[in-house]
Amino acid sequence: MSADASQPRSTDPQPEPQSGGQQRPFRTGSEWPFFVVSGAIGGGYVLLLLALLAADVASTSLEDLRAALTKPEILFAVRMTLVSCTLAALASLWVAVPLGYLLERFAFRGRGFVDAVLDIPVVLPPLVLGLSLLILFHLPIAGTTLEAFVQRSLGLQVTYAPVAVVLAQFVVAAAFAIHSMRLTFARIDPRPEAIAMTLGCRRSQAFWRVAFPQAWRGMVAAFSIAWARSLGEFGPILVFAGATRMKTEVLSTTVFLELSVGRLEAAVAVSLVMVAAAVIVLGIVRLAGGRVAG
Amino acid sequence: MIELRRLSVRSGGFAVENLELMVPAGGYGVLMGSTGSGKTTLLEAICGLRVVSGGSVWLDGVDVTRWNVGSRGIGYVPQDAGLFPTLSVREHLAFGLVLRRVSRREIRRRVEEVAAALGITSLLSRTPKHLSGGEARRVAIGRAIAFHPRLLLLDEPLSALDEDHRLRLLELLRNVHRNERVTTLHVTHYSDEAAAVGEHFFRLEGGRIVVCHQPSPALVGRADACRIEDSKGSHTTGGRGGGETR
Repeated sequence: MSADASQPRSTDPQPEPQSGGQQRPFRTGSEWPFFVVSGAIGGGYVLLLLALLAADVASTSLEDLRAALTKPEILFAVRMTLVSCTLAALASLWVAVPLGYLLERFAFRGRGFVDAVLDIPVVLPPLVLGLSLLILFHLPIAGTTLEAFVQRSLGLQVTYAPVAVVLAQFVVAAAFAIHSMRLTFARIDPRPEAIAMTLGCRRSQAFWRVAFPQAWRGMVAAFSIAWARSLGEFGPILVFAGATRMKTEVLSTTVFLELSVGRLEAAVAVSLVMVAAAVIVLGIVRLAGGRVAG
Repeated sequence: MIELRRLSVRSGGFAVENLELMVPAGGYGVLMGSTGSGKTTLLEAICGLRVVSGGSVWLDGVDVTRWNVGSRGIGYVPQDAGLFPTLSVREHLAFGLVLRRVSRREIRRRVEEVAAALGITSLLSRTPKHLSGGEARRVAIGRAIAFHPRLLLLDEPLSALDEDHRLRLLELLRNVHRNERVTTLHVTHYSDEAAAVGEHFFRLEGGRIVVCHQPSPALVGRADACRIEDSKGSHTTGGRGGGETR
């Protein structure tokens, strides 16, 4: 809100010609009702979010937090979360940078279709996404399955293994990272890239030498968004990776597991850890995103 | 030498067709035309940044119409300078030379030579956000000439500059052309600017190019400044804008 807008006031009376030749002062009226109503509507939601956090904090204690965070299962879940979210975010960025650039810079046949496909992870219920991953890896094709093929060629079990956690997180997080990178490249003027090409660059060189260095803050934002999405992922992980303690457990599944056995204080303590991580990530996104916009 | 043979370019609902233009090797051509007449579109087509719908672009006697953008060896100075936000002025001047794998020693020598010619030696470590409009134009010109292009294209290089900077940059363009002898095509809608630097004059109007021939010095700067000949060779008089040969 600008300084002027923060101090709503009536405009000075302006003379207005009347039909009879007389002039009556014209007043626009107070600006307060607009700000009061808007503030009340928006403020209610902000208060609700703050109340949620306050309730979490109020229903736990430092002792609960310490007890929860020293349990080996939960420590494993913290480590697993940090590693899987980071791997999923890196993989998302790996996909998002080239795809975001192509979609933003070039009009090609089928771009609308690709756009629509990229919205699938955003609109599809997370459980369905997990189920789809499970089906994909176990669908018999030419006498084998993708799961068996990966196991044979890479010696890697995917389903109900840590790899499945990363894959489930990646499928959703990448869609958000691509959206973020598209916005980043939309804000970068394409003109210098064209000029670089007149100077002798191939398209790839123009990308690496001119566009890419300008996009790094956007990449930080995209990475952070992907990381935060991965942190909050639960449905696809539960279906595709399972929630096996000391194997495929991440913090979101820890909350579920602790709740399912009635340990509310542990569930709340883990939730607070996730809230703290989310706040840190959002701070990074704001910082990087603001500078990209600037 | 730059030569356009019946060049046609379409962009959305806008089109310029059957354009003919020739600037001899080492010559300084000026293309005039009102805003929206297609001057920038034409320059972008010459660079290869726009697909041509017909005709051909010839550089030094070679048809480069189907060549990719970077192979044409054209130094292009866009109206907005189009500098690279993350690179220093030094890196801008070295850009085309690095791509051509010129030795480091030669790059250093050429960057210093161009910077001195353009009066930007003190700016070499700055990035574009720390340059004024006039400085940015000089850097863009330096970047375009540093790699010894076959053709220099200048798209309204003096627009949005105050009178003092315009005069200084005009003098600089004259010096650069005298020293580098690079074939140049300069786009402007100011006839006095055209007269100050040009040797060959053209006007783009109504989607075609007309050739201006040695107008009377007394008419420079006036709306009816040039005697024209259309691209098919039939002579007429009158027209708008123009300039004098030096």
